[in-house]
Amino acid sequence: MAAEIVLAREEQQESTSGQKSVSKGVQGEARPTVEAEKKDAQTPPAANSMPTRNEMFVFGIPQEGLTQKEREVPLDEPPPLAQNSELKYIGKPTPRYDGAQKVTGRGKYTADVQLPGMLYARIVDATIPHGRITSIDTSAAEALPGVKAVHVIEHTYGIAELRDPKQESPSRYPVIRYAGQPIAGVAATSPQIASDAAALIRVTYDSMPFVVDKQEARATTAPAVFPGPADAAGSAGGGGGPKDVPQVGNVHGPQRKKVGDVDQGFAEAEAIVEGEYFTQVQTHSALETHGFLVDWKPDEVTVYASTQGTASVRDEFAEVFKIPKSQVRVITEYMGGGFGAKFGAGNEGVVAANLSRRAKAPVKLMLDRKQEHIVCNRPDSHQKLKIGAKKDGTLTAIALTSYGTAGVGTGAGTAGPATNLYKCPNLLTEEYDVFINAGPGAAFRAPGHPQGCFAFEQAIDELAVRLDMDPLALRDKIDDSPARRVERIIIRERTNWKNRKPAGADRGPIKRGMGIAQSVWYRFVNMDSSCEVRVSRDGSVELMSSVQDLGTGTKTLLAIVVAEEFGIPPAEVVIRIGDTRYPIGPNSGGSVTACSITPAVRNAAYQAKHKLFAAAAPRLGTTADNLGLRGGNVIFKDDGSKSYSFRQVAAKMPTSEISARVTRSPEYAKERITYGGVDYVELAVDTETGRVHIEKVFGAHDCGRPINPLGVISQINGGILQGISYALFEERVMDRKQGYMLNANLENYKILGAREVPEIEVELVENYLAQSSTDAAGIGESAGVITLAAAIGNAFYNATGVRMRKIPMTPANILAALGKIGQEDMA
Amino acid sequence: MSDTPKIEVSRRGFLKGAGLTAATTVIESASALAREAKEAVEGDRSVGPGSLPVKLQVNGQEHTIIIEPRYTLAETLRDNLGLTGTKVVCDRGSCSACTIWLDGTPALACMTLAIDVAERKITTIEGLSRGDGMHPVQAAFVKHDAMQCGFCTPGMVMSCAALLERNPDPQLADVKHAVSGNLCRCGTYPKVFAATLDVAQQRKQAAGLLTLDATKEA
Repeated sequence: MAAEIVLAREEQQESTSGQKSVSKGVQGEARPTVEAEKKDAQTPPAANSMPTRNEMFVFGIPQEGLTQKEREVPLDEPPPLAQNSELKYIGKPTPRYDGAQKVTGRGKYTADVQLPGMLYARIVDATIPHGRITSIDTSAAEALPGVKAVHVIEHTYGIAELRDPKQESPSRYPVIRYAGQPIAGVAATSPQIASDAAALIRVTYDSMPFVVDKQEARATTAPAVFPGPADAAGSAGGGGGPKDVPQVGNVHGPQRKKVGDVDQGFAEAEAIVEGEYFTQVQTHSALETHGFLVDWKPDEVTVYASTQGTASVRDEFAEVFKIPKSQVRVITEYMGGGFGAKFGAGNEGVVAANLSRRAKAPVKLMLDRKQEHIVCNRPDSHQKLKIGAKKDGTLTAIALTSYGTAGVGTGAGTAGPATNLYKCPNLLTEEYDVFINAGPGAAFRAPGHPQGCFAFEQAIDELAVRLDMDPLALRDKIDDSPARRVERIIIRERTNWKNRKPAGADRGPIKRGMGIAQSVWYRFVNMDSSCEVRVSRDGSVELMSSVQDLGTGTKTLLAIVVAEEFGIPPAEVVIRIGDTRYPIGPNSGGSVTACSITPAVRNAAYQAKHKLFAAAAPRLGTTADNLGLRGGNVIFKDDGSKSYSFRQVAAKMPTSEISARVTRSPEYAKERITYGGVDYVELAVDTETGRVHIEKVFGAHDCGRPINPLGVISQINGGILQGISYALFEERVMDRKQGYMLNANLENYKILGAREVPEIEVELVENYLAQSSTDAAGIGESAGVITLAAAIGNAFYNATGVRMRKIPMTPANILAALGKIGQEDMA
Repeated sequence: MSDTPKIEVSRRGFLKGAGLTAATTVIESASALAREAKEAVEGDRSVGPGSLPVKLQVNGQEHTIIIEPRYTLAETLRDNLGLTGTKVVCDRGSCSACTIWLDGTPALACMTLAIDVAERKITTIEGLSRGDGMHPVQAAFVKHDAMQCGFCTPGMVMSCAALLERNPDPQLADVKHAVSGNLCRCGTYPKVFAATLDVAQQRKQAAGLLTLDATKEA
């Protein structure tokens, strides 16, 4: 996998599994390589050994007055950028670079790519939740006309593995640990024949006892998902969980984090709130399913992948098949959503490659919708949370115990918000993973944080009630973040907050309320982020990197950064990304993309520009340092009358092109930086039907220096809507008797639709941190998705005086919370 | 294929059994389908399972393709005609990503058998705009950034453009209704609404200007 994500990791006080582990989905012998690579990528050039200069950078938040910050930066860094209002393209709403391709249907996603002679593949998956395969008969499938290859899986990737493999007797086939686990693949000349053939593959099993209910799985008498301790690695996007923790039965953990002394903290407290919270398993449900098109040739394997990390796919293909990375080319031109689910080769990628190698033809394998729901998910949680505070709100102790299930994986921790939102001298968090016979958990937009925030930010509100404080005022007291301070002011001024009534004030059956919640995410930088900027003699400019655009707008972002440096419109920059033939860029997970790759891109553009000036200056009768850019034209600094277009200057270069290839330079200062937002919700609760109607959401958010506000707001809208969907609708339902997921489709797995969209207003806060040549950061995680369930919970309390401690807030769960139906009435 | 094992009755299997049905909308009731299936059998209109030539009118062009009767229109458009703008997401009529127009009316290509629409005029996202430029709804989607990953976008555009064909002056609720079947996982709906209402507004203004011009000339 690509490099380590570095921030001031040592100082990073978070303990969620999500960002901690950046090791592989592919495990086993691969790991030493990965560790070695990490070390290489992590060794930054010693700051004091390279020539530097001091520069003054714009710093702070405009609403609070900008200041200047002096930083010592490497000599070849570009000059500091002014604040957005003084820039030409950065910070200006810019239509999506590939918008026309998307709206006309011309953009080719992995699912759309067709190669000559291409075969279509289907996966055969397990029909039992736990057991051993006794036989697989592929003969009928192979005999079917049109079938070109069959592959039986030898190793299941992406799930936890026994610490001691000897605890299980060896078998020819992988042990089946969840219904839907991939077993084999078949490639044929049409998708229909592939499906027919898949149905002809006969698998027999020795079934074993299983458990799909987390509460049942915690009992020491429950069927063991693994016969001994097992651990799961994360992916390039997070996921995975702690290793070297105890495991008793199916309960893996705790991962414990301790600061100060919570007993003493609670003894000092003048108010204590305590509660239990429950969140559900959520599936990613990206519209384009996971999939690969693999064209295996003896000298090069070409892989079209629906992935968040072309580099992670390349690296895992190289590892699994023991071929040089130079012989694997991964392409992701358009990508239909990932949300954390799509890194690495995956079982389906490995199957597609084996089929292609065997059939000597390109093979496309897209999961079907049912498989997509099972392949990975956001773990659930059962959290016990206790917070102590002084009368003025000062926190004295936080204690959190959480049990979550990531199915046959790990990584269900939820402690991020409790650990990182507010200052508190005494903290104890204990996170447990509970194995069940269900598909593995994976990174999912802000891993662990929507669960953690649902509990923690509701508990903070409960504390505000206990202390008779305004919830915003309590946060003013305990929250150190300058950005969130400004965001709370915005919320106070721009919403109905001042008209907020006491809890449960409405008389009728329809009760209205408002609430807020805050999010936290971290500045993760992937130093293994490279790119090349090329200028041709005709003045055309290209940017190349393997970094991919999942729909977050990366292409647009990079075009804007290059455009700013050259003074040409973003639409004139040619963006070539999503191909590992280009310099390797970051995998996109944990909001790393913008802050990792944009500085490298700006620096490359800056260096290319200066190479161009140096090459052209003699032919313009001047020196390179006398050339500058103004209003999109190249001017002589000593002679205002001399002005050339960029194209005219490019035409003077003696070679056909000049280029600059740049790798991310170190952060300007080693500081612990978090980002966050404040989201405000207005809702109505029908206390007779148990339905919640979200009427208004106002989000105030920060992502450093916004490069393209148009795209950032799209992402925040999306985070808010995914957050509502998580809070109100989505839930994986398992059949406890049969061990299947009952609603692995898009009609029974309900995600938010158009008619559930409330009015949304978003305010972006510029937050200049003087950390890199662009000061940009991502928004994918902190945008709404973390906060909405908690904000809705707080608004629900404000409406009804009743606290919702369980999501999704379906009518049944709501009526139960309101005491209108008993547990026995619930399915 | 004679020894194909008995598999669960899927929607596709059901349609196949129903022979030449006009399964063009999701909403058709089971009884209507059953009635048509009966008619198909009685009228000896059953075909398949082998391949047969089918003529399709797609985006103003006639294509003759050889397909099995079980191929859905979505599969045929994508795999046989290379028109991959029509996306398959759920493959069972619950997300509308595969929305195309049949004789100008939105329909789900994943719930339609290709052989059933040989007589119909099919419009896909690739054929929405006549000529090189973008359809106004497409242009408005770009302007408002009414897309993120873009996988739902062709279906959304087809739904919104059809809405404006039948209702030139929609309100927000009308747009929400028009795309109520179109799932977007990235959560881009607010901008889809804004883009569609913007086109209606622009058209209204343009029509208003035309009226003014006409008044002047008179």
